[in-house]
Amino acid sequence: MMLNKQLMKAVLGHTCNGRVIVGNSRPHIRLSRCLNTTNQDSSTSAQVKEVSDNEPTQQSIVRKPKRPPFIKNLFLGRFDKEMLTYPEVLDKDRHELLHEMIVPIERFFEEQVDGEKIDKEAKIPPETLQGLKDLGLYGQQIPEEYGGLGLGATEYARIAEITAIDGSIAVTLAAHQAIGLKGILIAGTNEQKEKYLPQLACGEWTAAFCLTEPSSGSDAASIQTRATLSEDGTTWLLNGSKIWISNGGYADLMTVFAKTPEVLPSGEVREKVTAFIVERGFGGVSSGTPEDKMGIRGSNTCEVYFDNTPVPAENVLGEVGGGFKVAMNILNSGRFSMGSSGAGILKKIMGWALEHAVTRKQFGHHLSEFAMIKEKFARMSVAIYAMESMAYLTAGMIDGQEEADCSVEAAIVKVFSSEAAWHWGSECLQILGGLGYMKSYPFERYLRDARILLIFEGTNEILRLQHAGNEMKGMIQKLRNPLMNPGFILGKGIERIRQHKDNPKLDLNLSDSLHPSLKAAGDILEYCVKRFQYSVETVLARHGREVADPKNQLELARLANCAMDIFAMTAVLSRASRAYCIGVRNSSHEVQLAMTFCDEASARIKTMVKDIENGPFISNDSTYAKIADTVIEHGGYAAEHPLTRVFW
Amino acid sequence: MSLRVLVGCKRVIDYAVKIRVRPDKMGVVTDGVKHSMNPFDEIAIEEAVRLKEKKIAKEVIAVSCGPTQAQETIRTALAMGADRGIHVEIPAKEMEKLEPLHVSKILAKLAEKEGAELLIVGKQAIDDDSNATAQMTAALLEWPQATFASKIEKTDGTLLVVREVDGGLETIKVKLPAVVSADLRLNEPRYATLPNIMKAKKKKIVKMKPADLGVDTTAHFEVVEVCDPPSREAGIKVEDVDALVSKLKEAGRI
Repeated sequence: MMLNKQLMKAVLGHTCNGRVIVGNSRPHIRLSRCLNTTNQDSSTSAQVKEVSDNEPTQQSIVRKPKRPPFIKNLFLGRFDKEMLTYPEVLDKDRHELLHEMIVPIERFFEEQVDGEKIDKEAKIPPETLQGLKDLGLYGQQIPEEYGGLGLGATEYARIAEITAIDGSIAVTLAAHQAIGLKGILIAGTNEQKEKYLPQLACGEWTAAFCLTEPSSGSDAASIQTRATLSEDGTTWLLNGSKIWISNGGYADLMTVFAKTPEVLPSGEVREKVTAFIVERGFGGVSSGTPEDKMGIRGSNTCEVYFDNTPVPAENVLGEVGGGFKVAMNILNSGRFSMGSSGAGILKKIMGWALEHAVTRKQFGHHLSEFAMIKEKFARMSVAIYAMESMAYLTAGMIDGQEEADCSVEAAIVKVFSSEAAWHWGSECLQILGGLGYMKSYPFERYLRDARILLIFEGTNEILRLQHAGNEMKGMIQKLRNPLMNPGFILGKGIERIRQHKDNPKLDLNLSDSLHPSLKAAGDILEYCVKRFQYSVETVLARHGREVADPKNQLELARLANCAMDIFAMTAVLSRASRAYCIGVRNSSHEVQLAMTFCDEASARIKTMVKDIENGPFISNDSTYAKIADTVIEHGGYAAEHPLTRVFW
Repeated sequence: MSLRVLVGCKRVIDYAVKIRVRPDKMGVVTDGVKHSMNPFDEIAIEEAVRLKEKKIAKEVIAVSCGPTQAQETIRTALAMGADRGIHVEIPAKEMEKLEPLHVSKILAKLAEKEGAELLIVGKQAIDDDSNATAQMTAALLEWPQATFASKIEKTDGTLLVVREVDGGLETIKVKLPAVVSADLRLNEPRYATLPNIMKAKKKKIVKMKPADLGVDTTAHFEVVEVCDPPSREAGIKVEDVDALVSKLKEAGRI
């Protein structure tokens, strides 16, 4: 195994009293890992197994390590320290190749993409679309044997930073390949791949993803579109309508979800969701007029109607009745790149805002000399650093692990980045003042475009609940069967007393996996991990099986927010430590960004844990519930007008 | 007759980068600065690739003289359609002192060695603006030269080249082998597509040193100082033509 000198140095740099163990994993993916020998690692057996598993592997068979899901385990109070070694996914060749690819893409977007015109005319010119197809951007993750580029998640995320420069194009590309054709990549048969991927890769065909319906938004399982199998079993007949379908006006191929009947052994008929690959040419497919939207105006969003559309039986994607899982897998795997695209946009517009701040003078000073303006740039940098760190950590997990389960991490990336893009996009506009509000400047357009990020591919509210809720339900199973998980219950007593005093026992030694200069932040992270575990247990003890009830959402949302901050802390520390060890330019700046993020994140977590500890009656949760009840009952704002008089 | 075409491509600081002079005033800042292929050389590569697509050329060889990173420039040429590359390695420090004459000698040797019948280069590099390599190489090879080409057409054994000259266009006929330098309007270079960038990875780049070609790269001149152009002074508004004339007289302009 060849060890890259620099990396070796990096590793040795932060193995204090631990030792370096080189795993048997793909040499250029994860060369190294640090394990502290004196303390038991808190991650699951999968990790331990991987280390001891040292049989030689053939160079031709690329084996990736299998790792336990990070955030899911965090809910159990387990922290996988491997996450503190920032992934090195690309070998020299892939790294060079990626950076060669970036050059023409950047140039194309600079020279050929007129974002203002696309927004104004609500249409991407056909020659621009053709240019994107010619470049090869329609087949980024399609394997090379089907005519695509065969890019991994990391490479895809890097390219998304550039393609995000125009929101309409980014959404068009994402609708095509991040969700539209993703089902074929994930669940397609070889025949389906051979038949469809080549023309999708070159952009001859465009794909779309058809799940949402007028009466079925976040609740995807409630769709009404139906498919019935013909008597001879060869053809399904598809009926129903889909709404807000990106590329829906012209997509040649659609991944459509519909209810199909399933006859149970008892003779009872139950309806389950099935995924279908539908060609527009099958007939009975029509589209509505493009929607007039707030942002991403150039992307084509339409209703799509299916009227007795005949779909051959071999075009079922995955299994009949297994469509809901297919849909979730597609959506879960499509979200991770939103972090890098959000960061890409923000870096760009922050640059423009900065240019203004260093040239514009008021009261005899450049704006960049004013502390309130400086603070915006500093905080924005911290946020971008977190977005990037999480996005590439997640992409690295997807690329570097066998059957990586990153659904929660990807959801965190999406939620955090979309909110940061919206907030900081608005602050960039604010720095320009009145100018920022004008259409002749691009800020308002970017802000309008960014707004959709909080809504589509699962609203941020749903993603918070879904993931926190699912983890909590998993915990209940374990709690209800303590004999199966003895370690889970044992030793909780003393720790709870310490936790009550806000003084958890720090025994994970997280800072051992980081450069010594990040020790303070590493300890903060560990404190947060412990407090998070305590909060999870507190919420579970309080609500038990009702934890995922609609009325307990605020508690779940707090847990979700804590998990987000912990993941972000892990990502920034891991990245800054790597940067400092290998000596990239401005690495001490990176350390500062990471430390600042951890400091603020831990303050947020403290507040949230306190609220959870206090419970709904001391925190304002129950008061807010009452206020909302009054408003709902009243049918609107319930306080009397301030000019109202009840006496004269 | 199908031609073997040699194309020179130089790695320069990207045209969009704001150039900064080094504190020691001996050159400009290149560290951490975006570099790309000299735009005129991109036109030269594009033309060669088009000749190949028209079956006029049988092989396109891209040459770059420069540090290790010059290979990135060659890769771009390969991704645009060149068949193979030659990297003449010049350490970054020596690159600052490399003169058009050195490059001409290298290109001339390579043209002979590879049996090229046509050498196309950009009319000038956007960093040192020398505009001399094509001319000197033609002289060294004793080949005819067609500089500032805006259109190239092949007839039997000759090239018809339209040149942009002061006041209009000049069409000349040169015998092959010949040296051509590309002007801005010769063509619009394509974008290297991502699949082609991947395919280019499999194309070969041969590495050599100037000494391997028997070329001595000792500098003929010394840089005394590099400095920023003087910053433009603010203008003034004058009331009328008379005021303008008197101001111009005052400044000694008329």
